[in-house]
Amino acid sequence: MRYPSLSLALLLLWLAGPALAAIEVYDFSDPALETRYYQLIEILRCPKCQNQNIKDSNAPLSADLRGRVHEMLEAGHSDSEIVEALVDRYGTFITYRPPLNALTLLLWFGPLLGVLLAGFLVARWIRHNQRQTPVEALTEAERQRLAVVLGNDEDLSR
Amino acid sequence: MSPGLKLSLLLGAPVVGFFVLLGFLAAGLGRDPSLLPSALLDRPLPGFQEPGLLDIDPVTPADLTGQVSLLNVWATWCPPCREEMPYLVALAESGVTIHGLAYKDDAGAVRQWLDHYGNPFRTLMNDADGSLGLDLGVYGAPETFLLDAEGVIRYRHVGIIDPRVWEEDFLPRIRALEEEPS
Repeated sequence: MRYPSLSLALLLLWLAGPALAAIEVYDFSDPALETRYYQLIEILRCPKCQNQNIKDSNAPLSADLRGRVHEMLEAGHSDSEIVEALVDRYGTFITYRPPLNALTLLLWFGPLLGVLLAGFLVARWIRHNQRQTPVEALTEAERQRLAVVLGNDEDLSR
Repeated sequence: MSPGLKLSLLLGAPVVGFFVLLGFLAAGLGRDPSLLPSALLDRPLPGFQEPGLLDIDPVTPADLTGQVSLLNVWATWCPPCREEMPYLVALAESGVTIHGLAYKDDAGAVRQWLDHYGNPFRTLMNDADGSLGLDLGVYGAPETFLLDAEGVIRYRHVGIIDPRVWEEDFLPRIRALEEEPS
């Protein structure tokens, strides 16, 4: 290759494409707000898309939601206030961290329940196997009977 | 537990599981996963003051009260809205009060559109930046809210209103609202 560094530069440029697609730029008065902004747009789900957070989605609605998050951060709202405000408008669909309530109880504790059930079944299975009595040695009478059945009068124990 | 019972349980469990799964899948077939329930059901309209495109300007929630009405969220850039508009005009002619919210649209394009299709709207708000749409939990135009006389959101329909939707989803609810003692 004649221009390895040029090729490398082009390759890097090509790889940078998706990064450039990442949308509008907001100015933050405080770098801490920016960190929280990125955390928030990661856990908020785009209502228009079936399964994408508003960070990854380029739907116009996601852009509006990012704008709202930025606006509320600059206005001094806490993270939970921002999530609550959006849940108030779009329902719990909008958050990837569903709240713990009667409706989502199974969602939160279902997996734990599954693990507990599986553990219980495995424990029972192991105990069951251990409890099985080992095969007992034949009694003298049984040994003689066996010898008769096999047509062999030698003592089998020897 | 007898061995026979144990065996039938062992063989029966996957069959039962299969039918449970089948039940879930069958239920899932009938529903559209893109439809979200409105978080604002049975809550009053959020506070707002929007520029109006018709006689009333600016428009506040008070302008949307007084009788059972529809609030239609639409835009000239939305193809299904094009399909819906003639039916809205017909509904308005039959006496239904319809308020409009031009969602992220251009005032000039909206006026042109109304010249072409006729105007079904009592009031029409211009939500150019989509902020009121966001406060209403709008995620796709067209959406139509059913408001009672106090401006409380009683129902939200996502998608176009056609005669079937009108008769099955809206009319029964409107009749129930009108029968409610106020």
